[in-house]
Amino acid sequence: MSNFFEMGGYAGYVWSSYGLATIALVVLLMVSLRGLKKSRRDLAHLETLLKSRRPRRKKAQPDAQS
Amino acid sequence: MHRFAKPSVFLKLASAIMPWAIGITVVTLAVGLYLALVASPADYQQGDTVRIMYIHVPAAWMGLFCYVGMAICGAMSLIWKHPLADIAARATAPIGATFTALCLITGSLWGEPMWGTWWVWDARLTSMLILLFLYLGYMALVNAFDDSERGSKAGSALALVGVINVPIVKFSVDWWNTLHQPASVARMGGPSIDPSMLWPLFLIAIGFTGYYVIVLIVRVRLELNERRIRALQLGGVGQSVADQHHLAVPAKQAGAGE
Amino acid sequence: MSLSRAKSRKRQRLYLASLAVLAAAGAAALGLTAFRDSVVFFFSPTELAEQSPMSPDRRLRIGGLVEEGSLQKLADGKTVTFTVTDMQHDVQVAYTGILPDLFREGQGVVAEGHMNPKGQFVASEVLAKHDENYMPREVADALKKSGHWEEIEAQNAKNMRN
Repeated sequence: MSNFFEMGGYAGYVWSSYGLATIALVVLLMVSLRGLKKSRRDLAHLETLLKSRRPRRKKAQPDAQS
Repeated sequence: MHRFAKPSVFLKLASAIMPWAIGITVVTLAVGLYLALVASPADYQQGDTVRIMYIHVPAAWMGLFCYVGMAICGAMSLIWKHPLADIAARATAPIGATFTALCLITGSLWGEPMWGTWWVWDARLTSMLILLFLYLGYMALVNAFDDSERGSKAGSALALVGVINVPIVKFSVDWWNTLHQPASVARMGGPSIDPSMLWPLFLIAIGFTGYYVIVLIVRVRLELNERRIRALQLGGVGQSVADQHHLAVPAKQAGAGE
Repeated sequence: MSLSRAKSRKRQRLYLASLAVLAAAGAAALGLTAFRDSVVFFFSPTELAEQSPMSPDRRLRIGGLVEEGSLQKLADGKTVTFTVTDMQHDVQVAYTGILPDLFREGQGVVAEGHMNPKGQFVASEVLAKHDENYMPREVADALKKSGHWEEIEAQNAKNMRN
């Protein structure tokens, strides 16, 4: 088992490679998920706001092709 | 083609793909990491530092793969004015940049003990650094304009021209003499890597691809929501509401490009 | 705007984008061919022999295989000398400092430094260049036993000549 951690004397290089890769990929995923959550909140907020102001107005369709 | 690329169709497709992508990513990365760190043998010359390869090489592949994807989407956005293609290109850039940076950093961590240097300006390392700068340039450019359509145009043009760098990265080790060794996997006469070392390499590469799909879907959804917010602000109750409630997107940008 | 007009504009953009990529590819190809000769990372001993005598002020890199049995430690205990070869020409190298872990006889090496008047290359930095083969020790031993090792070594030497 100690062999596994020592990596033949190259522990610093090997483990920092795997550590940095893990950190970078997890951080990118987290930032993206957080951004998605925030955008959903903002969108829901805006939609309820619009509904309360102009109940009859059709929802805008920004997704539609111009 | 446009029918398939409609955001509503994309969202349906993405929801169907997502659980599969998560499953494949988790399983291949778990098995791949076990093989990479525990079950695979040390190299006869490089010892345990060869394990850095299982991150370094898949990250390099992803850096190139994402760039090609980004450039194709950029071209589609430039030529056919496809909004979803533009969104996909924007969503791909940070993922590709992350993989490229990882490739450079792990390469450094491998080069120091084996070659005896963190960095040299040989053709392979330099062209890979240029790839990172192309990603950063694209990301800076698409966000540099108030009018998001102008940003997309400029960014897509850069992405498209920069595609020249992809074959340069790949063949740099053949065209020039470099400190970096020639290709080990995609080469004439088959891979020069022992099968026991190829398995972790391929599994982690599949895992990274799955990760790319997951983050791509998340980021495309995010961007679709934000565009919708902008459009609602512009077409809905308008500026006063947006200002009143301090919504994330400045009114100036609202609806740009629609 | 009429539909056909929109279509022809799309086609125009397609042509323009293709043209831009082609132009960039052409420019890159021209630049790279120019590069190919002028920007080399290292010289092989043969290339060095063609250019000699080399000014001692000129810093350059040489690359090749470390000749088997040529590594020697000098009396000061810090300086090593070895021969770099591309199987056609040899260069004597002297180096004071720490060698990289991968530095071995029979393996690739790139040294940075200058030629001294005696025709010896005085290196200030020595980097190891490895080949594209990865395998466990047992496989390497088996290859050596079965006599397939020469193919790998020949390939290795060819890589260093480039």
